[in-house]
Amino acid sequence: MLQVKRAVIVFVSFSLLCGLVYPLGITAIAQILFPYQSRGSLLISGNQCIGSELIGQMFTSPKYFHGRPSATDPAYNAGGSAGSNLGPSSAQLLEQVKERIAEMRRENGLSPATPVPADMVLASASGLDPHISMRSAMLQVRRVAGERGLPEAEVELLLRHYVETPLLRMWGQERVNVLRLNMALDTRGNNHTIN
Amino acid sequence: MIITDLIPVLVLPCVLTVLAIFLGEYMAKVFNGERTLLTPLLNSPEQFLYKIFGVNKNDEMSWKTYSWAFIVFNIIGIVALFLLQILQGFLPFNPQKLGPVHWDIALNTAISFVTNTNWQAYSGEQTMSYLTQMMGLTVQNFLSAAVGIAPAIALIRGFARKETSTLGNFWVDLTRSIIYILLPLTLIWSLVFVSQGVVQTLHPQIDALTLEGQKQIISVGPVASQEAIKQLGTNGGGFFNANSSHPFENPTPLTDFMAVLGLLLIPAALPFTFGAMLKNRRQGWAIYASMLMLFIIGVGLIIGTEVQGNPLLEKIGVMGGVNMEGKEVRCGIINSVLFAQSTTATSCGAVNSMHDSLMPLSGLILIFNIAIGEVIFGGVGTGLISMLAYAVLTMFIAGLMIGRTPEFIGKKLESFEMVMSIIIILSPALLLLVLSSIAISTQAGLSSLNNMGSHGLSEILYAYASTAGNNGSAFGGLNAGTLFYTLTTSLAMLVGRFSTVIPALAIAGFLATKKIVPAGIATFPTTGVLFIVMLVSVVVIVGALTFFPVLTLGPFIEHLQIFAGKAF
Repeated sequence: MLQVKRAVIVFVSFSLLCGLVYPLGITAIAQILFPYQSRGSLLISGNQCIGSELIGQMFTSPKYFHGRPSATDPAYNAGGSAGSNLGPSSAQLLEQVKERIAEMRRENGLSPATPVPADMVLASASGLDPHISMRSAMLQVRRVAGERGLPEAEVELLLRHYVETPLLRMWGQERVNVLRLNMALDTRGNNHTIN
Repeated sequence: MIITDLIPVLVLPCVLTVLAIFLGEYMAKVFNGERTLLTPLLNSPEQFLYKIFGVNKNDEMSWKTYSWAFIVFNIIGIVALFLLQILQGFLPFNPQKLGPVHWDIALNTAISFVTNTNWQAYSGEQTMSYLTQMMGLTVQNFLSAAVGIAPAIALIRGFARKETSTLGNFWVDLTRSIIYILLPLTLIWSLVFVSQGVVQTLHPQIDALTLEGQKQIISVGPVASQEAIKQLGTNGGGFFNANSSHPFENPTPLTDFMAVLGLLLIPAALPFTFGAMLKNRRQGWAIYASMLMLFIIGVGLIIGTEVQGNPLLEKIGVMGGVNMEGKEVRCGIINSVLFAQSTTATSCGAVNSMHDSLMPLSGLILIFNIAIGEVIFGGVGTGLISMLAYAVLTMFIAGLMIGRTPEFIGKKLESFEMVMSIIIILSPALLLLVLSSIAISTQAGLSSLNNMGSHGLSEILYAYASTAGNNGSAFGGLNAGTLFYTLTTSLAMLVGRFSTVIPALAIAGFLATKKIVPAGIATFPTTGVLFIVMLVSVVVIVGALTFFPVLTLGPFIEHLQIFAGKAF
């Protein structure tokens, strides 16, 4: 009985310490030291939140770079992250991928035999992947430039500006943040018309 | 693949080893009650806690009292976490107004988090209020890790002490684990996480209007504080459904590195604690080397199988057949499988890629890692415990070979220790095989499958390996939220946990009473290469003999079918 009573006291004490003091303390420190990051790296335009730079968005318009397929329902549902969990021998997966490949080729004017980068046709783990590979972005440059009436070289230059590199060149992959790139394109487009 | 892709694979073990040595030595001091770097800062809070608990830190416990305290503490944890989930609708810190969790999911989750499994039959952002995440799940992330470390320390004392009946004080070991080890480390980790973009807020979800004018709801929450202990305590239960693949849990390569390092750190440090407390550091190194060897073999194999790609995808036009399904671009193939190997070698269970979508042989390696009983570093505490059980078995075999009574680190091993070690080694295997057999022969078991063909069998095997081994990662396609799976996996988690810890404490209790036999000329040395090779071989052979048949029917057949061009 002694151990039971003691166990209750220990449990309550550590619940308060680890369950309230610790997370609320970290929250307070985080809000002071890293206000932008701790609130979700939100991109605000005027009064409206456009999204988070860390969370991918659905892009369908040809004038935007497109992100990866998302298995959430609906796509890029940042309130319910999920992968497809389809296995490598799944016929359902192969059907989906065939359709995506055909669409990717059609949209970007690729020949029917061109292999397509994997990240553009296979769904991400979270359904919210904000990035695509450099190769996938390059494949879309011609389409985006054409739609916006910009020289391809200019779009490519902008794209290269938004490449993120691995940590110390060894941990992680080279990648492009689709939302940030598209926002930059929009801003640039506006400047263009003003000039 | 280019050779620079392999740099992380070399860097990680080096960084890990250096940090593990320091942490291991530090932990030995902490549990010996010696003065450490943090003593000036933490001594008064520690004494204050003992006063509240009514604990005299010099009160020693027998193995039975120690086990009793462990059991009682776990039961209280399960009941409290269950009630918290049921009642969350009436409690504060619930901006999304989430209702009570269904009873069987709540029970499953309570057992899962208390046993350090963190198997998740629910989707975090859609089920659990902020209060449940903090006061329930985060708390158990700390406590389940601490109550894993405590029995490991008791077991070490069993080897180190002689002719005594006591193993230390459970409450003291628990308290020291939390305030000297877990809290300081989580403080560092959570701040690094926040700096990179892991969210830490009590605000409700965010309504965004995307660039194309669509509504997007973005879940946030007190994530970083939970993420830190989730990794460091080898818990693995994500704040979000997508776990460490979610950009708010793991936004950058730096957080990915810290996540992998964090989940390996304490389990890797414990062998050094073992060596330091025994005052036989070479012995600690031998255990660590065995674990590292198994780890590196696994990494090599899994990179080999995953980099090969999927020929079915290549045939329909995917460049190189690269298997990016269920992986994030910022992680890519190498860092995804490195994470997968680390999370299954330890009993963490966090994932930065969807294991269900990995290539079949990668999945096979992961199931094997878990099924051999969390010994490749393993869970915090339980990893060392299980590896020492294998070491006892190894020395028994060595004893038979050289015709002497088996002994290990100066302690004679008798039938009691052997029986207990075998319970530790075989009970997860038994659970896995029996429960999987039930699942594949009933409609209730089969109706949860997401994939057909032999991949379906792998989903079931993974579920029971993961829960019996207290890992918690999943082939996530399997619908684990049905009554059949919540109840059977709950059973697996409970038995898996207690059948590791209680026999270990019993061994510790028996060993502590024994004399220490000085090493003689005929003593089999347990610090050399021969011992390491034998230990690794015993682990691999026991695992292979137990699981080879069923792994052949699951992942191995799927592999052959894929390369023969078949899909299901």
